[in-house]
Amino acid sequence: MEVKKGIAVSPGIAIAKSLIIDSEDYLIPRRSIEPSKRMIEIQRVKNAFKSAIDELTGMKAGRDTLEQQSIKDIFAVHLRFMHDKSLRKRIMDLIQSEQVTAEYAVSTTMKEIASHFTKVKDPYISERAADIYDIERRLLKQLLGKKKEDLEHLTEEVAIVARELSPTQAAGFDKKYVKAMATDAGGRTSHTAIVARSLGIPAVVALEDLTESLLGGDTVIIDGNRGIVIVEPDEQTLKQYEQYLREFQELEHRLRELKEKPAVTRDGVQISLLGNIEFPVEAHLVLDKGGEGIGLYRTEFLYLNRSSEPSEEDQYKAYAETISVFKHRPVIIRTVDLGADKYTQSKRFVREPNPFLGLRSIRFCLQNLDMFKTQLRAMLRASVLGELKIMFPLITNLQELMQTKLILHDVMEDLDEAGIEYNRNIEIGIMIETPSAALTASTLARDVRFFSIGTNDLTQYTLAVDRGNELVSTLYSAVDPAVLRLMRTVIQDANKANIDLSVCGEMASEPEQVMLLMGMGVRTLSLAPPMIPEIKQIIRSVTIEQCNKVARKILSMSSERHISSFLHNEARKVLPEAF
Amino acid sequence: MSSYKQDCFGAKKKIDFNRQEMIAKEMQEAGESILENTVCETEVRIKNADGLHMRPAMKFVDIANRFESEITVSNDKTSVSGKSIMQISMLAATCGTRLKVKAEGPDAPQALEALRELVEVKMFDEPAGDNEKS
Repeated sequence: MEVKKGIAVSPGIAIAKSLIIDSEDYLIPRRSIEPSKRMIEIQRVKNAFKSAIDELTGMKAGRDTLEQQSIKDIFAVHLRFMHDKSLRKRIMDLIQSEQVTAEYAVSTTMKEIASHFTKVKDPYISERAADIYDIERRLLKQLLGKKKEDLEHLTEEVAIVARELSPTQAAGFDKKYVKAMATDAGGRTSHTAIVARSLGIPAVVALEDLTESLLGGDTVIIDGNRGIVIVEPDEQTLKQYEQYLREFQELEHRLRELKEKPAVTRDGVQISLLGNIEFPVEAHLVLDKGGEGIGLYRTEFLYLNRSSEPSEEDQYKAYAETISVFKHRPVIIRTVDLGADKYTQSKRFVREPNPFLGLRSIRFCLQNLDMFKTQLRAMLRASVLGELKIMFPLITNLQELMQTKLILHDVMEDLDEAGIEYNRNIEIGIMIETPSAALTASTLARDVRFFSIGTNDLTQYTLAVDRGNELVSTLYSAVDPAVLRLMRTVIQDANKANIDLSVCGEMASEPEQVMLLMGMGVRTLSLAPPMIPEIKQIIRSVTIEQCNKVARKILSMSSERHISSFLHNEARKVLPEAF
Repeated sequence: MSSYKQDCFGAKKKIDFNRQEMIAKEMQEAGESILENTVCETEVRIKNADGLHMRPAMKFVDIANRFESEITVSNDKTSVSGKSIMQISMLAATCGTRLKVKAEGPDAPQALEALRELVEVKMFDEPAGDNEKS
């Protein structure tokens, strides 16, 4: 049994078998095995060689019609390596002596051979290293290939363990079977966290070397409340956790009863609770949890989860499906927020030295007009089906907003010409997620119908902290006085201009921070669907007078640490069992 | 042909190929072999321009694997199995390199002759290096 400490990013407890996901370019971490499992790993090596031979023999037959002698030679050389007993022995000896996994033994052996070649001065011979890496990939594909496939076709409940999950990987899971997630890297607002919360499954990140401490198939307990992961728990621990799990499910059950009850404070102030979603199917989850609409539909996943750009029709269908769940309740769709940490599979993005300050989000759209216009067309077409609103992300100045609106206008004209219907009075809003937008909110408010404060990016840009970097993630806090002062400005400016305002960042789903937001004047919150009942219970337990008091007190405080502990205590008074 | 020299110790004296084959045949017919420990050694020089890279290494092990004998190839530093493409290619023998080839087993002389022909006569069916052209 081994206990690992990390950061809890999505609540809940899961006990499941682990499924380890290695990164796409086959960076194989050293992973030790028990001596008794050496024979299994050796058998895996033998099987990998055998499958590679089958694959190569099949390929050779298929290629015989092609007169590409050089390609045939390459495969012939690979085949000789696969038949080379001394190569196989070297790999198996490594498993015997070092007690490591088949993947690690293959990768290490092939890298040793390759580095032997790179040391030779003759360029023709040193280039052989590339052949060796090619052979390494061939073997690793045999060892890992099946696992990758398994991800999309899971048949039993698993806990996903990875060094880090890319948004693409996170979007590719068969969600029915993924019970929890745990990663070595990441912070409170990494993609693992966002995806786990939206799925309502526990997640722990920043575990540092978890992937090296366990093997695929090991039983793990992932405790998303305390931020710990227990590898191969002993019987006593397992029993204890089964008890926790029951208690947690009971709490969930009690919260379910709130579904039909309104989100109203004890003194009668109505709060609107909306859901954040990535996939149309999650709209049902929002409804099921008692959400009144969609406050943030992130459309990136339409682009990330496939090899080519989604067509207008693909997008229209996704939007239409979402709207159909909510009929005449609001559905706010955010235009695509790609770049920085979110890449498409075709890797159209040039590597940038500072991606978060680079070509991302609305900036990327404004430089890729065809893609952007396709999305706007799909949105406008879907606008006749319900209460669709369009939201633009990462606006930093008025000029950018005007340019964006101009493009929307162009698309509207195109639709007019084609005689296609759309809602002419469609509401346009922007996300406030940069300090520049927050500071000029009074100006921007004249040209939009609503603001939505994206607290994650606003915090990262205000405090200059990379939210995914575990070395500095402790500096990241949405309740830092600097962030709160910017938020206060935005809320006041929205009220003065009489436009709608919501908060759609992670902050809206933090039980400890909801009273503060209400006290600052926020009346609409958009959050991860699984958190809706808990937040609703807090709203129903307080008076707006209490919230105002909390906000006044906090806005006079000068240290993030004082603010955090004060909020923690206030929340504990309201909903003791959640903390 | 110049670098071709041969010492056979197995039968404690030099045996010419024809005679050896004849004996082997006889022994096979008799159902046993006394020639298991024939050891032969020769030196070859890499003559093709690109040296013993992947494709030549493949041809070398293909021929070596046709014979029952153990085949060992050595340069100044190390000795490797002539039947392993990994080990042969790791010799990284460039054009002009001299390699010792040793065969041990019932068909050792034939194995050596076939390998010598591949390396020095056919030059792996590749163009000769600058210094090797006549």
